[in-house]
Amino acid sequence: MTYAEAACDGVRRAMQADERVVVLGEDVGRGGIFQQYRGLQQEFGAARVIDTPISESTIMGAAVGMALAGLKPVVEMRVVDFALCAMDEIVNQAAKARYMFGGQGRVSLVARMPVGLWSGSAAQHSQSLEAWFAHVPGLVVVAPSSPQDNRALLEASIACVDPVVYLEHKELWGLQGEVHPEKCPIGKATVLRTGKDITLVTWSRTVHDALAAAAEADCSVEVIDLRTLWPWDRETVLASARRTGRLLVVHEAVQAAGFGAEIAATVAEALAVPVRRLGAPRVPVGYSPPLEDESRVTAARILAAVNAFGQL
Amino acid sequence: MALYHTMARIRAFENAAEEASKGGVAAFGASLAQAKVRGPLHLSTGQEAIAAGVCLNLEKSDYLTSTHRGHGHTLAKGASMERMMCELFGKAAGFNGGKGGSMHIADFSVGMLGANGVVAAGIPIAVGAAHAVKIRKEARIVACFFGDGAVNRGPFLEGLNWAKVHELGVLFVCEDNRWSATTATGTMTAGDGALARARAIGVPGEAVDGNDALAVDLASRELLQRIRSGQGPQFLHAITYRFKGHVSVDPGAYRDGEEVSRALENDPLKSMEAKMDEGEAAAIRREAETEVQKALEAAAAAPWPESKSAYTEVQDAGGGLWR
Repeated sequence: MTYAEAACDGVRRAMQADERVVVLGEDVGRGGIFQQYRGLQQEFGAARVIDTPISESTIMGAAVGMALAGLKPVVEMRVVDFALCAMDEIVNQAAKARYMFGGQGRVSLVARMPVGLWSGSAAQHSQSLEAWFAHVPGLVVVAPSSPQDNRALLEASIACVDPVVYLEHKELWGLQGEVHPEKCPIGKATVLRTGKDITLVTWSRTVHDALAAAAEADCSVEVIDLRTLWPWDRETVLASARRTGRLLVVHEAVQAAGFGAEIAATVAEALAVPVRRLGAPRVPVGYSPPLEDESRVTAARILAAVNAFGQL
Repeated sequence: MALYHTMARIRAFENAAEEASKGGVAAFGASLAQAKVRGPLHLSTGQEAIAAGVCLNLEKSDYLTSTHRGHGHTLAKGASMERMMCELFGKAAGFNGGKGGSMHIADFSVGMLGANGVVAAGIPIAVGAAHAVKIRKEARIVACFFGDGAVNRGPFLEGLNWAKVHELGVLFVCEDNRWSATTATGTMTAGDGALARARAIGVPGEAVDGNDALAVDLASRELLQRIRSGQGPQFLHAITYRFKGHVSVDPGAYRDGEEVSRALENDPLKSMEAKMDEGEAAAIRREAETEVQKALEAAAAAPWPESKSAYTEVQDAGGGLWR
C-alpha cells in the first residue's frame, strides 16, 4: 500500500466507524490532488465528502464551526504553504476556542497540510513549517514518515479531541510499505535503528535519509522517528541520549528557530550532553536545481554531520 | 414589550460595565488596580434594537456567533447577565471561568457559540455550524452578527459565497454602526455597501433602520421565515450608530459633534418608550437596573479562578506546562 492509499484508508475507516467524521476541502470529491481521498465521495456521498471553493480561511473556519456543532472534520489544506491563508482560523480560532470559552466546546478536527521540499516547485510550495504550529498552545502536530504510520496516526488524529495539524510529506505519496492493523498513539516516537554513539532524532521524509546515512556512518547511530512533534516523546529521546551521550536533530525545515532547537535545548538542559542540529539554510527554496539543492537535507549531508559529531 | 425589556437590560448592562471598567486599559496609562473590568471593553450602547429584534425570533436551539461587541447578542440570546458580569470581572463563576473576558463571551447552553476578538472571524464559524446542521438534518438556523468593518475582510466574501453555494441556513446580520474602530467605514468601502455585496453573491436580504426595534423584529421574522422554509441564507443590513467610542476609554473625539448629538437623539430605547406607557417603561428600566446591580454585587463577591486553572482546557494531548 502507498503512503497516499494508507492515508485514504485511514479516513475511510474513520468515516465508517463514526458518522460525525466529514471531509472538506478543494478537489476532495475527485480524490484530492494526491489521491489521498480517492473513492471517498463515491462511498460516502457529497454531503460528507464536501467539495469547497478555494477559500482556505473559510474551509478552516467552517471546520471550526462544524466541530463546535459536534462534527469531526478532516480538513484539506492542499499544502502547508496554502494553509497560511487560514492562519487566523488555525491559530486564533481552532487552537483557542476551547480555552477561551472556558471549556465550552471542543475543536476536534484534523487539518491535513503536506510539508516538505517539493522538487521543482520553488519557494511557495516547498516549506516545512511544523515549528510554527508546535509553538501554539492548543494544537497537536503530527508528521508520519511511512504508510503504516500514516494510516495509524491519521486514525489516531481523527479520534483525538484536539485540533491536529497533520503534516504528510509532499514527496512521500508514492512510498510503498506494509500496512498492518497495529495502532499508533499520538505522542509516541519509534526507535527505527538502535545504536550506541549518537542519538539522531528526525521525522517525516528525513527519516529515510537518516537511516541511509546511519547505515554508512563511522560510528553507531540510534535513529528515532519522532512521529508526533506535539506532544513530543521526551522520554524516548532523553533515554536514548542518556545512553549514547550525543544528540543530533535533523529536519528538512530551516534550521534557525526550527523544532530541532527545542529538542536540542531540552536534552542539553536535562542531560548536559553535546547537541547538534542539521536543517536547511535560512533561504527560500530556489527553483533551479543548483539552488534547490542548497536547501536539501540529504543523506550525504546527514552522513557528514554524523561522522563529524562522532569524532568529538 | 419583550423587545423593550431586552433592550433595557442590554443598556443597563453596558452602562454598568462601562462604569466598572474605568481606568482598566493599560495603554491609556491606567494602573488597572482600581478597575473591576480590565482591558478593552467594546460597548454596544445605542445598538440594542438589533440584538433584541433579531434574537426575539430565534429559538433557544438556534446558534449565534457574535463579535467583540457582543454583550447585547449574548443577553438577547438568553444568557445569564450575572454570569456574563462575572466573566467581565474575571471571576471563576463567569461563563468562561475567567479565561475569555468580554471579547470571548460564550454560552453554548443557549446556542451562543462565542464572541470573537477578530473582525469577521465569526462568519466562517457560523457557516460551518450551519453546514453541520445541514449534514445532521437538524432544524436549527444560525444567526451570524458582524459589523460594517467586517465587509472589507476576505472571510465576508468567502463565507457568504460558501453559505450560498451550499444553501445553508444562516441569517447574516450586518450591524452597521458606521465606524470601523476610529475610521468612518464609508470612507474605506467601495461600491454600494454591505447589502449590495451580499446580493452580488446571490444572498438576498433587506436593509432596515437598526434603531427601530419593531422594524428589526419584522424584517428578521420575515428573513428567518425564508430560511426556515428552505430558501437559503439571507442578509439583514441594520443601520445604527455606535453611541460610545470604539472601546470604553475612547471618547470618540474623531467624530463630528453634530453627527454624534443627532445620533444620540435617535436613541432606540427612547423611540420605543414613545410608543409605550411611560409607567410601564419605567418599571422595566427599574427591573433591569435591579438585575444589573445584583449582577455587579455577585461579580464583586465571587471568587477568582485558581491560578492552576490557567493550565486546564488547553488540550488533551500535550497539555501541561512543558518547562
